[in-house]
Amino acid sequence: MSNALLDALLLQSGYNATLVAIGAALLGVAGGSGGTFLFLRKRALVSDAVAHATLPGVGIAFIIMVLLGGDGRNLVGLLLGSAISASIGLLLVEWIARRTRLAEDAAIGAVLSVFFGFGIVLLTVIQTMSSGRQAGLESFLLGSTAGMLFQDAVVIAIGGALSVVAVFLLRRPMTLVAFDAEFAAASGVPVRLIDLAMMGLVMAVTVIGLKLVGLILVVAMLIIPPVTARFWTERTDRVIWIAGTIGGVSGYLGAALSASAPKLPTGPIIVLVCFALFVLSLLLAPNRGVLAAIVRHLRFQRRVHLRQGLLALAHQEQIFDPLTLRVLRRNRLIRGDRVATDRGRALAARTLRDEKRWQVAREIHSDETVSGRYDGLTPIETVLTRDEIAEIDRIIGGPSVAR
Amino acid sequence: MGAEFVQLSLTPLLIGTLAAIACALPGNFLILRRQALIGDAISHVVLPGIVVAFLVTGVISTWPMMLGAAGAAVVSVILIEAIKRLGRIEPGAAMGVTFTSLFAAGVLLLEQSDTSSVHLDVEHALYGNLESLIWLAADGWASLVDPLALADLPPELTRMAVVTAMIAFLTLIFWRPLKLSTFDEGFAATIGIPTAVLSFALVVTAAVAAVAAFDAVGSIIVIAMFICPPAAARLMTNRLEIQVVWSVAFAVLSAVAGYVLAGYGPLWLGADDAVSAAGMIATVSGLILGLACLFAPHRSRIGAPRDAT
Repeated sequence: MSNALLDALLLQSGYNATLVAIGAALLGVAGGSGGTFLFLRKRALVSDAVAHATLPGVGIAFIIMVLLGGDGRNLVGLLLGSAISASIGLLLVEWIARRTRLAEDAAIGAVLSVFFGFGIVLLTVIQTMSSGRQAGLESFLLGSTAGMLFQDAVVIAIGGALSVVAVFLLRRPMTLVAFDAEFAAASGVPVRLIDLAMMGLVMAVTVIGLKLVGLILVVAMLIIPPVTARFWTERTDRVIWIAGTIGGVSGYLGAALSASAPKLPTGPIIVLVCFALFVLSLLLAPNRGVLAAIVRHLRFQRRVHLRQGLLALAHQEQIFDPLTLRVLRRNRLIRGDRVATDRGRALAARTLRDEKRWQVAREIHSDETVSGRYDGLTPIETVLTRDEIAEIDRIIGGPSVAR
Repeated sequence: MGAEFVQLSLTPLLIGTLAAIACALPGNFLILRRQALIGDAISHVVLPGIVVAFLVTGVISTWPMMLGAAGAAVVSVILIEAIKRLGRIEPGAAMGVTFTSLFAAGVLLLEQSDTSSVHLDVEHALYGNLESLIWLAADGWASLVDPLALADLPPELTRMAVVTAMIAFLTLIFWRPLKLSTFDEGFAATIGIPTAVLSFALVVTAAVAAVAAFDAVGSIIVIAMFICPPAAARLMTNRLEIQVVWSVAFAVLSAVAGYVLAGYGPLWLGADDAVSAAGMIATVSGLILGLACLFAPHRSRIGAPRDAT
């Protein structure tokens, strides 16, 4: 690890860099936890529309500020403008999806492209304006910390902290609505209001994130952490906190990384750190991860081959399948010359008996509860009681011995 | 409509119109299949494709870049599908993860290599350069039959014309299977239509349209034309055939009206400079969709309760 990176991680590379790292971490926490509600309501891409819809607001705010005599680069003013136009875009998405027969994805796409297009028109208008310094406006598209002023960093840090507090205060009703809107309504939660609050939160994160990561990449801060968190748990409340942590770690690590070397733009680095965490989770998570699934599959395959091998031994059939032979040999059930060991013979007899018991059991209990659990692997003792098995044994006739 | 129009406005107008049609045609099917945002995803991942193509070949030329962009688009479609299947994640979120990450990688690559100095900047990719696709050799309508002048047509025009013709042709040939599998995938599969292949081919066709249009007119038009004209057309009729016709009409109207407004609108208002044509075309398509949402005959869901949530 290089010294510059260590310095940045330990918040030693200057006051501004420190503030940016803290701001990015807070933004990540707010984005991750706030985005969770969107993700659980299956509306992840609404954030895309919100982010694109901020552009005309930025443009109009700039024009108004210049017409009022300023230089048009006041961050609070620009954020206010972007918040207003993002809200309008959000309401339009809702309105189109509710009032027309167009699906929500079409509504999202329409709003994002039209608002963005109109924003570009305004940007070209601004370029031809004689007064005002428009130089900083392009950075809203991609985000830039290079040109970040001290008060910009303060605005981001404070805004991020406020969003985190809002998530914390609203977590219970929002979880309820995200998880089961109808149940929430029945238990007296004002669903519509909570939905609006959720959208307000998303909008706040988007607007605050604009300066740091840019309007296209802020979407990543809202979508990737919840998706990543979902791999690690089945519980909604935990998804929120894990997502918040993942977002926070990506923000902090990304900001530190980009501060440690030139030519490492903050926004993309934060997003790529987040994506790396996503890929790791996709591969390594217990239960839902790819690796876990592969292991589960291999284990299942072994068990099937072991069972079939034992049955073949019991029937004194020749075994040819290499995997079956390997499984049997590794469990010391057969010797190198494919002759069954004592243990192998005993286990084979027991397996054969289990299979016979199952046969009878499936004839007697044709209902789903018993025969539905037959998969050729489950021992019958785990399904039937001892008395029931004794009854079956009476039909088969006496405990058989290994042949 | 004199010589100046032919020289300065005719070719960009034609290119914009062709691009709009090329995107609107597959857009009709994407909207019905709830894949409307695939255009958005593709137009974001085109960036890393172009940057990689530049880094590999070291030159700014059209074909490597179009190949790079198309390659990136296909990679992203495969990635989205892989994340959806492997992680059991809903399509919207899988798409969001993929396109934001690839876009971030593209921006990082762009910053790392000094490509920004050789006119490969993000703004160019976003706005396109429709206004600059002029036909210098032309000096009046007579140039249309003058082989010498025709040889100097912007290459984007020929490319866009070929791509648009190809997409129209494909739409015609595969009309029946496309329509069937869009409305009833199960039925289409039972009568032997390879729905998975068809669905992938549709997305690839959309990607080709997006990349070709992206090269000429920028990504905003691409996203807007994939969605707005077909969405507005969907509110006009219940029949797919008529919907496609409406969507092409809306696309042409957006392109022409948007270009004219961008070029001459500011002059009418007393300003000196034109505004972004790409942005204005997207804006006009949005206005058309807005009108359709308010007044189109088939705007509401049939049988849906008035206050559906």
